Amino acid sequence: MAETQGILMPLIQSECQILKNYRDRGGYEAAKKALSMTPDEVIQEVQSSNLRGLGGAGFPTGRKWAFVPKNSSKPVYLVVNCDESEPGTFKDKYIITRATHALIEGIIIASYAIGAHTAYIYIRGEYVRQAEVLEQAIQEAYDNGILGKKVLGKKFSLDVYVHRGAGAYICGEETALLESLEGKKGWPRMKPPFPAIEGLFRCPTIVNNVETLAYVPFIIKNGARWFAEMGTERSGGMRLYCVSGHVNKPGVYELPVTTTLREIIYEHAGGVPGNKKIKAVVPGGSSSPPLRADELDVAAEFDALMKLGTMAGSGGIIVMDEDTCLLEILTVTTHFYHHESCGQCTPCREGTGWMDKILNRMLSGEGRIEDVDHLEEIASGIMGNTICPLGDAAAMPVLGYLKRFREEFESHALYKKCFDGEFAELKAAS
Amino acid sequence: MSFQLSDESKKQIEAIFKRYPHKRAATLPILHVIQKEHGYIPEEAEPFVAELVEEPPVKIREVILFYTMFQTKPIGKYHFQVCHTVSCWLRGAKEIIEHLENRLNIKSGETSDDQKFTITEVECLGACEIAPMMQLNDDYIGPLTREKIDEILEKLQ
Ligand SMILES: Cc1cc2nc3c(=O)[nH]c(=O)nc-3n(C[C@H](O)[C@H](O)[C@H](O)COP(=O)(O)O)c2cc1C
Ligand code: SF4
Ligand code: FES
Repeated sequence: MAETQGILMPLIQSECQILKNYRDRGGYEAAKKALSMTPDEVIQEVQSSNLRGLGGAGFPTGRKWAFVPKNSSKPVYLVVNCDESEPGTFKDKYIITRATHALIEGIIIASYAIGAHTAYIYIRGEYVRQAEVLEQAIQEAYDNGILGKKVLGKKFSLDVYVHRGAGAYICGEETALLESLEGKKGWPRMKPPFPAIEGLFRCPTIVNNVETLAYVPFIIKNGARWFAEMGTERSGGMRLYCVSGHVNKPGVYELPVTTTLREIIYEHAGGVPGNKKIKAVVPGGSSSPPLRADELDVAAEFDALMKLGTMAGSGGIIVMDEDTCLLEILTVTTHFYHHESCGQCTPCREGTGWMDKILNRMLSGEGRIEDVDHLEEIASGIMGNTICPLGDAAAMPVLGYLKRFREEFESHALYKKCFDGEFAELKAAS
Repeated sequence: MSFQLSDESKKQIEAIFKRYPHKRAATLPILHVIQKEHGYIPEEAEPFVAELVEEPPVKIREVILFYTMFQTKPIGKYHFQVCHTVSCWLRGAKEIIEHLENRLNIKSGETSDDQKFTITEVECLGACEIAPMMQLNDDYIGPLTREKIDEILEKLQ
């Protein structure tokens, strides 16, 4: 069983999709407190907590909220990103089905802070059962005067609607998500204008991840300092790590952002089956470049991982044991981004297709040694040359696997088989 | 043949419009209602939806084709959507897909002649902790083994 400590995990474990259970744990007290503060005070508190966007980009949440124009003549919207599609990520599912009321409370506080009276929760279409639970909890909130014309009896109105996607990873990207919500295909928009100025229906809009919002009530309740002190100088709190792949106990673990990858994998997720060694760890969803086994003493946190050339991203940690064929894994990963490219820009559409083809050719034993450099060139040509970051998300794993595990790919190109030496030795020899 | 919808579905569609300031935003939710009732989106539904949301039918078609969940043809009563993305792959998704294909005697992407089963390989479903996994109609099932697949098939035969 996962730990009972933490902020959201105790709620997940006590079924807080049911209002009574959440109320028993002090639920909705934070929203009452926030509604008696000014919106600016709420934003300031969130800003001081160092809460950063847990959808993947890590943008400071309070700062984003402050971008919304004051006294806008247009309506302001809050859009909750529950597309949860970055491979290796599955935490938001637990929040919407088990800590549901914490999310609703976070939505109330965020909406109040930015001046929104309508919030849409965009949930990936495949989460059918999960959407049902979410809808029920929202209905329960309406029935108990928590949502609607007078939120918690105060002079603030808020409607919350669930909007189901229909199968498209790109709709997790915030501007594609807004297009999709408007009833169109999910083609990302050029930025600027940023959604905070011109978002949903051309109105000021804040898009936040489910987990980001679920932490907000606790920041208001316990204070910004409490949250900030759990983390580093620039990232506050805890987060929900999703651990999958070759571990004994795959699952969600809520830990301070200062926790190292090694601790997460060995102390929490039970280590590797059969006591095998680790070959590679992807730290933040499949678009983040992998690390080697000797690099795991790093905090699984935005800035620390960025220093190593990778990303904390969505918190999706994917563990691969020593017997994993990394050519297979990069092929599967690249196929994903090729499949999910919306096709709007040439470098992404064509580049992901070429990389997919080359990798498949190598996998079928027909690779050439030039393929390795060629992959690198194509990936470099995508980086920074596209409308949205999906292009980079496709290029980064290719560059990352080649940077740290080049031998594996060269071995397949030259000898049509996996590399069978020790990396440490090879590195030492060179 | 003109497009028919049950009264229940029509009522749902009416409620959907109340959630948005613009009609077009109701497009995806309406398509979900139609697919729920018919099992797929019949071609005749396109002009019907277009009229409801006040857009040209080509815009509706574009949306239907963009999203993988919208089916343009009838599919099997039981839809096995098996994840083949990285975490499921690491835990043996490939063998699971092969086993399912052998048992049902169809390839992924195909529907059985009796219209009972369809297999589709899909990308990460956000349930890597139960890898290898699949979605069987609306439900997530995992971790899968050959035995578990056999058990499920026995119940469905
Ligand atoms: C290709 C792509 C896919 C994304 N998918 C998701 C997703 O599934 N869920 C999510 O919350 N954010 C996703 N994001 C990030 C969003 O664009 C956005 O940064 C985020 O929702 C903002 O919320 P936050 O600041 O609370 O993290 C994705 C971004 C890109 C480029
Ligand atoms: S980078 Fe790829 S996914 Fe993003 S807009 Fe361009 S083609 Fe579409
Ligand atoms: S990789 Fe299969 S559910 Fe995520």
